[in-house]
Amino acid sequence: MRDDILWELRSDKVKELIKVSQRLDGRGLFEYRPVQIETGFSKNAHGSCRIRLGETDVIVGVKMDIAEPYPDSPDEGSITVGAELMPMASPVFEPGPPDQNATELARVVDRCIRESKAIDFKKLSIVEGEKAWFVFIDIYIANDAGNLFDASSLAALGALLDTKIPKLEDDKIVKGEYSGKLELSKKPLLTTFAKINGKIVVDPATAEERAMDARLSIGTTEEALMSAMQKGGTGSFTQAEIEQCIELAFQKSDELRKFFKVG
Amino acid sequence: MEEIVYVNAEGKRIDGRKLDELRPIKIIPSVLSRAEGSAYIEWGQNKALVGVFGPREAIPQHIQDPTKAIVNYVYRMATFSVPDRKSPKPGRREIEISKVSGEALAKAIFVERFPNTTIDIYVHIFDSNAGTRCAALTAASVALADAGIPMRDLVSACAVGRAAGHIMLDLCKEEEDATDAVDMPLAIMPRTKEVVLLQMDGIISKEEWKEAFELGLKGCQQVYEIQKKALKRKYEEIAEEEAKAIEHVDKQLKEISENPELLRGGNK
Repeated sequence: MRDDILWELRSDKVKELIKVSQRLDGRGLFEYRPVQIETGFSKNAHGSCRIRLGETDVIVGVKMDIAEPYPDSPDEGSITVGAELMPMASPVFEPGPPDQNATELARVVDRCIRESKAIDFKKLSIVEGEKAWFVFIDIYIANDAGNLFDASSLAALGALLDTKIPKLEDDKIVKGEYSGKLELSKKPLLTTFAKINGKIVVDPATAEERAMDARLSIGTTEEALMSAMQKGGTGSFTQAEIEQCIELAFQKSDELRKFFKVG
Repeated sequence: MEEIVYVNAEGKRIDGRKLDELRPIKIIPSVLSRAEGSAYIEWGQNKALVGVFGPREAIPQHIQDPTKAIVNYVYRMATFSVPDRKSPKPGRREIEISKVSGEALAKAIFVERFPNTTIDIYVHIFDSNAGTRCAALTAASVALADAGIPMRDLVSACAVGRAAGHIMLDLCKEEEDATDAVDMPLAIMPRTKEVVLLQMDGIISKEEWKEAFELGLKGCQQVYEIQKKALKRKYEEIAEEEAKAIEHVDKQLKEISENPELLRGGNK
C-alpha cells in the first residue's frame, strides 16, 4: 500500500509523543475530534444520519419492516444491525460480505443499543405471535480515519432519533406515510479508548489505532449505566485502567449526547 | 386512481421542470481522506459517494493484463436508499450497472499507460429517485480526475426518455413509471461526443429515438459544465490557501528586513 510507510512513521511518532502525554493531532488525551451531525440524510430511509468524527465519515440508515416475531418472544419486535466497511473508506477494505471487523462493529453497536433497552421491543409488537416491527439499522463506513465504533454508534443513535414508524393499514405498510416517531427512552452511546505505551486516550485516530496495544469500548446511557463492553486488540488492561475508562466513558458520552437535542 | 398530468398546459413536468431541464446537481470533489480520489454528488434526491484507488497492482496476479489497467467499477446501493429495504447482497442490477459503467470509463482513461494494474472505483448510493447510474458515473469521472488519473476527457452522463408521449430529459421516478415510459441512460465524452454508455428500455420509433438522443447529448453537455466547475472550484480553493500562505511568509520576510533585530531574538 502506497501510504503504508507514512502510517508506520505516524504510528512511531504517536508512541513517542504519548510518553509526554501528547497526541499527534494536538488533542488532549481525553478529547474527542470535532463532531458534525447531519440527520435526515436519506429520504428513502425511515431514519438516517451522517456523522463526521474528525475525518471519519459514517452514514447510517434505518428501515422498519414487518416480520414474524421470534418464537421465544412472540410479543416483541427486535433490531438488526449491519455494518459495511465500504472499500472507498480505506485502501485496506475489500468489497465482499462482512469480514470479522465489520461483524464485530455491527454486533457491538447492536449490544449497546439493544441492552440499554432504549427501544421497548414489546411496543414493536403488532399482532402477538404473528407480526411485529423489526428495526434494520445499517451502518456504512465512507471514510475510516479511526474510531469506527463511536462514529457508528453516534450515527446509529442519530438515525434512530430521526426514525418515523410507517403507517399501517390492515397490518400492511403504507408507503410514504408515517404514524409517528420511533420511541427512544434513552440515548445509548459507545465511548472507545486506546491504550498506547501504557497510556489511555479516547477516540483514537488512524495513526493511534496503528500504535495501540489494546482497545476498550464501553456502551453507556445517561442514567450512568453500562449496556455493552468490548475489549479489542492483542494487548491488555488492568482493573484500574478499566475503572478509569468507565468513569471517563460516562463523562465523555454525556458531552456527546448534547449534540442530540431532541428527546 | 387519479390520472397523473405528466406535462401541464405551461409545459411544466410533475416536479415543475421543463422538458429539457435537469434536476439540480451538486458535485463536491475530494471528500474522503483515505481514498486517492473521491467525489460526492447530489442529483435531485439521488445521493452518492465515490472513492477511487489506483492504479495499483492487480491481485491476484492472474487477473493482470500486461497491455493495460483493469477498470474495476463497483456500484452498490445502501439498504435504505430505496422505498423497500434492499438486501445488502449485490443484486443482478447492481452487477450489470457496474459492468457497463466501468467499460464507459475505461474508454476515457489512458488504461494502456498502466499495465498489470487495477483502477478501483467504488460507488455507493444512499438515496435514490431514478437516474442513480448516471449520477454515479458522473461523480466517478470527477473522482478519477481528483485522483489525478490521466483521461482523454471527463465522462458526462444523464438519462433521457419519454413519458406520456413527451420526450424529456432526466426522468424522475414517477415519469419512469409512466405506462409508455422509455428510459435511456446515456454517457459521452463531451469533447468528441463519443458515446461510452448507452442503455435503453421501452418501445420507441427511430424518429423519437433521434429526438431523445439529441436531447440527451445536450443534457450531458450541461452535466459536463457542472463537473468542470466542481473541479475548478477545488483548485481555486487550493490556490486561495496557497496565496494566503505566501502572503503570510512575505509579511514575515518584510518585517524581518525592516527590523533585523527580530532574527537575533529568535522566534517571536
